[in-house]
Amino acid sequence: MAYRTDRQRVEGLGTAKDGTREWVGQRVSAMALIPLVIFFVLPLARHLGGGYDEMVAVYQNPFNAIVGILFFIVITSHLRHGLQEVIVDYVHGKTALTISLLANQMFTGVLGVTGVFSIAKIAFGG
Amino acid sequence: MADVNRGDRPLSPHLTIYRPLYTMILSITHRITGVGLTLGLVLVTWWFLAAAIGEDAFAVADGVLTSVIGGLVLIASLWALMFHLCNGIRHLFWDAGMGFELETAWRSGLAVIAGSIVLTVLVMLVALGVF
Repeated sequence: MAYRTDRQRVEGLGTAKDGTREWVGQRVSAMALIPLVIFFVLPLARHLGGGYDEMVAVYQNPFNAIVGILFFIVITSHLRHGLQEVIVDYVHGKTALTISLLANQMFTGVLGVTGVFSIAKIAFGG
Repeated sequence: MADVNRGDRPLSPHLTIYRPLYTMILSITHRITGVGLTLGLVLVTWWFLAAAIGEDAFAVADGVLTSVIGGLVLIASLWALMFHLCNGIRHLFWDAGMGFELETAWRSGLAVIAGSIVLTVLVMLVALGVF
């Protein structure tokens, strides 16, 4: 017994038929984030509240700066994949879906570049 | 024609059918913490941007993050991050085809809850300068 309706067949509804790239990308960034989260959070926890000079000194350390930049690149990619998964699950209608996905791309892109640029500027001399 | 029986087709059982299990709560909590952590990341990004702009801008952002409300948001974000980290590792094992046995999934779920609390406390001890 065929449960698919004629309309579903004509409109090509059903499985998405692609998404492997997103699936793999989400897992690759997840694995990279295991060490990155640890090495990003520890100096942040240690020095948050220590004032401007201490913060600048911490992120002028090449190790902290490189970890921080990597963290922002990878986590905004991971966030984009994750939010996209939630959006395609809960947002219905072509217009709303397209706008949400575009907004997600822009938001996570701006957030990532802001983080990378800020740490680079601090590291290169405030 | 499948359209003929529209409205009379069997539906797969959904949330309302099943007895609630804590593994179901963990599953949705992974998604909730993931989305919620967006706020934590925005706050931390603002903190870095403010430091890149200058000392005055940094004082504003740092003041918000170290205020009582900011601190509560950061502690909640820290727990959410540690939960998402632990449960994410659990997911990676599942993706590799491991840990699907019911007993294993229950125990790894308990390990995620315990691990997220322990890691949150450890990082807070670092923040307080104990380590």
